Amino acid sequence: MPSSVSTLTEERTQDALPVAPPAPARSLLRGLRSWASVAWFLVPALVLFLVFVLAPIAVAVYTGFFKWSGTGPMDDFVGIENYTKLFDDQVFLGDLGHGLYLITLSITVQLPFALFTAVLLNQRLRGRAVYRMLFFAPYILSEVVTAVLFTMIFLPGAGMADHLAGALGLEGLRGKWLSDPSTVMPTLFVVMTWKYFGFHMMLFLAGLQSIPGELLEAASIDGAGVWQRFRHVTLPLLGPTIRISVFLSVIGAIQLFDLVWVMTAGGPNHSSETMAISMFQFGFKRYQVGYASAISVVLFMISLVFSLFYQRYALRRDLSGAVTSGGGR
Amino acid sequence: MNARRTARGLSLHAVVWLIGAFVVVPLVYAVISGFKSTGELTTNPFGLPEHWKTGNYTGILGDGMFWRQIANSAGIAIGTTCCTVAASAMAAFALARYAFRGRELFYTLFTIGLMFPFAVAVLPLFLLLRNVDLLDNPLGVILPQAAFGLPMTIIILRGFFRTIPAEIEEAAVMDGCGKFRFFWKILLPMARPALGTVSVLAIVASWNNFFLPLLVFNDPKWQTIPVGVQQFQGQYSTDYALVLAYIVLAMVPALAFYAVAERQLIGGLTAGATKG
Repeated sequence: MPSSVSTLTEERTQDALPVAPPAPARSLLRGLRSWASVAWFLVPALVLFLVFVLAPIAVAVYTGFFKWSGTGPMDDFVGIENYTKLFDDQVFLGDLGHGLYLITLSITVQLPFALFTAVLLNQRLRGRAVYRMLFFAPYILSEVVTAVLFTMIFLPGAGMADHLAGALGLEGLRGKWLSDPSTVMPTLFVVMTWKYFGFHMMLFLAGLQSIPGELLEAASIDGAGVWQRFRHVTLPLLGPTIRISVFLSVIGAIQLFDLVWVMTAGGPNHSSETMAISMFQFGFKRYQVGYASAISVVLFMISLVFSLFYQRYALRRDLSGAVTSGGGR
Repeated sequence: MNARRTARGLSLHAVVWLIGAFVVVPLVYAVISGFKSTGELTTNPFGLPEHWKTGNYTGILGDGMFWRQIANSAGIAIGTTCCTVAASAMAAFALARYAFRGRELFYTLFTIGLMFPFAVAVLPLFLLLRNVDLLDNPLGVILPQAAFGLPMTIIILRGFFRTIPAEIEEAAVMDGCGKFRFFWKILLPMARPALGTVSVLAIVASWNNFFLPLLVFNDPKWQTIPVGVQQFQGQYSTDYALVLAYIVLAMVPALAFYAVAERQLIGGLTAGATKG
């Protein structure tokens, strides 16, 4: 699995683990004893993981083939009917569209904005430590607190956003924001950016700090301007960090729930619904657990296929680079 | 030359201030609005309150429910962290320092857990918890959270355990120290910084979790802060100032924790992201 290759590669060289080469006669006994103690250490994590992570996913796959209300016997096997229904369901197709919308905006607006901020705060600037800490702060808050805060801000009539729109002459926006299908997704995206750009900024800052100053100096001696240095030195060297940022943004957008559930519950009229919201609605509000499981499975397949392909084709190039050597601080 | 540099510095600051305003204004708006009455919030949205009304804040602080939610969130965060760090440390030890067949298979199994969105498992998880009677039981939140925390924790801890030289272990074994004693008496104390980092990450993840507690806890006495915030908003949806005061108070523990554990948090998040 590509995700673990990072540590696999370095491992071979230091694989001389402290298990002495055993004499042939005792090797079997030794092997068993080492297995026994390994098991002792592995079992708690394995049990937790099997019961609460892998088993539920298997159950979701199984339940997805049934029509089931969530109580009573599960005996109405419908094959792939849930899935065929799903891809005819306008609401579900809308979910996919909303996911794509948020992914596109995250990559084209939020990440460049975070990168810009990181480059800015990588300069010698008085108080930059304070700014960094401040910009990262929203990431610490829970999505629910963030959502309620911005629900209040975007409240029609009384909210700060309406007053602000009035003061700025954007009368057309008053009273809309989260309560109009045409503005709800951009508004959501603004809130997501508020909460998450600081995290990506921190990733980029860590990446920027690993760029050797000599390279930039050399470029500037060769006559490269600010933009050229950024474009031809900084940006290529930040490649691994950018690819990881993109990866995390996509995964985050695919499984978005808390923020949307609290702010709009998917409304108005499904215009901000995400896959996780649909799953929740069908599973817990409308008692179509089989159908909701099918949504879980599709959500799962999308993240899995995306992760595998992305790691295979985009992250693979970085295996000998900054990503694997641990990055971070 | 000097003038140009000053101008450049000034415009840099201007841009940073603009971004800062984007981040700070919503937070300051909430804090100040908490001191107003809802009536004043509509007539005077941006200014300072005419009368600093402390009743919103003191009312919430005097209500046992708020403290109950804080205590629930704290208890669940501590329980989750203990479970996930203990189980991960043991597994990471086996995966880092034992040579056994299938080791990489197990490690891969845990790492692919990173790709499983919580939302995928939540519905069957709910059914499972209902079957084993763990609804309205803190363990029903603690155990799944601990399980979903394993992949990241194991990856970080295994990376750290590998950096501890084999000579130390050999010396300990020569002195008659068993595997378990080595793990407990030597490795874990040496790994304190890494354990701190993963604990901080686990605490924050648990503190902010909403989806699972929302489903598991029907009984208000178990509600955590995020669930409580949402309920409070539903209950007092027209008293805007009061709701804003509530979320300001709900932010305080998280921000205080951030102020204390900033280094572990940022170091852990960036390292975790790049290693995952």
